Amino acid sequence: MTVTTTANGTTTANVSAATANAAASAAATAEATGPQSLTMAKALNTAMADAMRNDPSVLVFGEDVGMLGGVFRITDGLMAEFGEQRCFDTPLAESGIVGMAVGMAINGMRPVIEMQFDAFAYPAFEQIVSHVAKMHNRTKGKLKMPMVIRVPYAGGIGGVEHHCDSSESYYAHTAGLKVYTPATVADGYRMLREAIDSDDPVMFMEPKKLYWSKDQVDLGALRAEHDAGTSTEGRAAVARPGTDATLIAYGPSVPTALAAAAAAAEEGRSLEVIDVRTLVPFDDETVCASVRKTGRAVVIAEAHGFASVSSEIVARVQERAFHYLAAPILRVTGFDVPFPSPKLEHYYLPSVDRILDAVDELQWED
Amino acid sequence: MTIHADHSAPETAVEDHAADVRTKFGISVEDYMLPARHQIQMVNPDGSLRSHDEQGTEPGHEYPTPSDAELMAAYEQLVVGRRVNDQNSALVRQGRMAVYPSSHGQEACQVAAAMCLSEGDWLFPTYRDAVAVMTRGVDPVEVMTIFRGDWHGGYDPKEHNVGIQCTPLTTQLLHAVGVAHAAKLRGEDTVVMAMCGDGATSEGDFHEALNFAAVFHLPVIFFVQNNKYAISVPLSHQSVAPSLAHKAVGYGMAGERVDGNDLVALLAVMDRAVKLAREGSGPLLIEAHTYRMQAHTNADDATRYRPDSEVAEWQAKDPLARMKSYLTDKGLLDDEATNRIAEHAEAVATQLREGLGEDVPVQPLDLFKYVFAKPTPQLKEQSELLASELAREESAK
Repeated sequence: MTVTTTANGTTTANVSAATANAAASAAATAEATGPQSLTMAKALNTAMADAMRNDPSVLVFGEDVGMLGGVFRITDGLMAEFGEQRCFDTPLAESGIVGMAVGMAINGMRPVIEMQFDAFAYPAFEQIVSHVAKMHNRTKGKLKMPMVIRVPYAGGIGGVEHHCDSSESYYAHTAGLKVYTPATVADGYRMLREAIDSDDPVMFMEPKKLYWSKDQVDLGALRAEHDAGTSTEGRAAVARPGTDATLIAYGPSVPTALAAAAAAAEEGRSLEVIDVRTLVPFDDETVCASVRKTGRAVVIAEAHGFASVSSEIVARVQERAFHYLAAPILRVTGFDVPFPSPKLEHYYLPSVDRILDAVDELQWED
Repeated sequence: MTIHADHSAPETAVEDHAADVRTKFGISVEDYMLPARHQIQMVNPDGSLRSHDEQGTEPGHEYPTPSDAELMAAYEQLVVGRRVNDQNSALVRQGRMAVYPSSHGQEACQVAAAMCLSEGDWLFPTYRDAVAVMTRGVDPVEVMTIFRGDWHGGYDPKEHNVGIQCTPLTTQLLHAVGVAHAAKLRGEDTVVMAMCGDGATSEGDFHEALNFAAVFHLPVIFFVQNNKYAISVPLSHQSVAPSLAHKAVGYGMAGERVDGNDLVALLAVMDRAVKLAREGSGPLLIEAHTYRMQAHTNADDATRYRPDSEVAEWQAKDPLARMKSYLTDKGLLDDEATNRIAEHAEAVATQLREGLGEDVPVQPLDLFKYVFAKPTPQLKEQSELLASELAREESAK
């Protein structure tokens, strides 16, 4: 494979050199065998780098993803390592980014594109809904859309207007899109690798407040897991086992649910926390098994509750587990108001107290 | 896989381009990018050849006349295209097709857009470009499936490198850009033809596509068929630019205007555009002046927004009559050729009548089959629900 670039005047680099760099860097990361402390940002970054190493058709592009490494630095180092033909900045136009990615997917590439922030993805909505989601269906599978649209989403970072929307329900409502949202560092790696491998388009919703969350993860083990073909799609995780009630959460709300479960444990109540992981496809089995076991459930999501993923979860669970329920399923969600300004956001976001209040409402006296 | 690209630094790119243009055409970049002062027209509406100095050409905008063989092959497609348009409109009236946005009057544009391409190139059409899609080699019945109503598309885009017949305006221009970009990264010399209409130039994706193609220096030809109306709204309500071709210079690409009912001029301009794009000149914008002779679709009433006199005026500029008389005068078209071409057109029309005349049974369970490459449990469940409904209906018969 040969890569020619005229980035700095006229540099012609054989890709073997780039591959050598890549291999060296991969080795450097892989050298640290066993668990190491990693942020979700680094896990996502490593997932893209590994995918780019494995498959020359994987391309990363978007706004500021090249030299800068993305405003959240998730694409840090990719341009340096893989060259500016495989990781590059585009003009500032989200519909253009997604539309061009559709064409690239038609012509043999696997684009991984970044929407800088949740609310800045809206100009691309038509391309996403009318083409990304429908191309496979309208061509009876002749054209696949193996692309990942990465969206940093949700609040909790004191962001100004248009920087904190929970937009997952728009995408989950659209037939033809898969919607992933990791809540742990390990899932950041796992799920992004799987999304890039997928022949279906994946809206990859990254909880931006968790970018800097750290965990001990074993990258070597995660890579082996990937190579073995282990899948998380449609598989919710039991983030914390419990017996008395189920907290169903995803993405940014999972740590909040876990904190609530920890607090409840101190009061002698055992809460199970389910991390949904992929909103589409949804894991009815794991979620309903938990609710059948506990008989009580609270769904937690940052997005507005009305006509949302959280309402869908409640509907699905009551359709399937009605006779096991000791109380109506409750929800703790964002209020149905535009995402608030930084000093008001904590009134809006689901909190441990609000979750515990909801748990208290689950008709324990019966 | 070989990947190479030349993402030059912007300053270098502009300088290189300027130097290139000066060497190649002996004119400034601005004069190269701006369309010629008049539309390129080679044949008069009466079929007579215009003298060279009346063809609208200027230094840097010179176009050689296409070969006799190319003209004859294109004329044949023109006749077939007209027959197909009229056959389809008849099939709509007979209830065999749900709708047909006819390109009657625009067939020269349709034919030129497809014929200027090579086999490995790509075409990105709109819903009104069925004749272009057919000319590219796609089976006529498969082309019309979208209008018959049993699926949203009827052909495999990869079989003839033709994108879907796109309905949301100008969204397909970005797909064209992406296909060209991917090809360029692999070092292929693919040229991509991206089609849209005059009204569509108001859409945001028109802007984004032209800008992306220019910034990434991609071999995309943006071909605007200016047929004067977006359903009922005239061009004056879409744009007050000197011409749509003038928009090119704002993106740093060359633009040209051509008589869209003059197949000779169209082929000359499009062939050259493809050649330049393949040689690495970057994207180009071509505006063809033509006219939608019929209503937007059968559901539209064109008499509500345009006078008969205007339609009559354009009737006199018909691309078919013009080409026929030009080729006859040139001694290329005799009775034998005329009959042979008419028979070809009739054969295609018959194929359409037969293909669209029969009721193809729909497959309800196909609803679920192609939504995802890897199906979800939820769709499997819904598919089973529909299957059991169908089984019940069947047993009740």
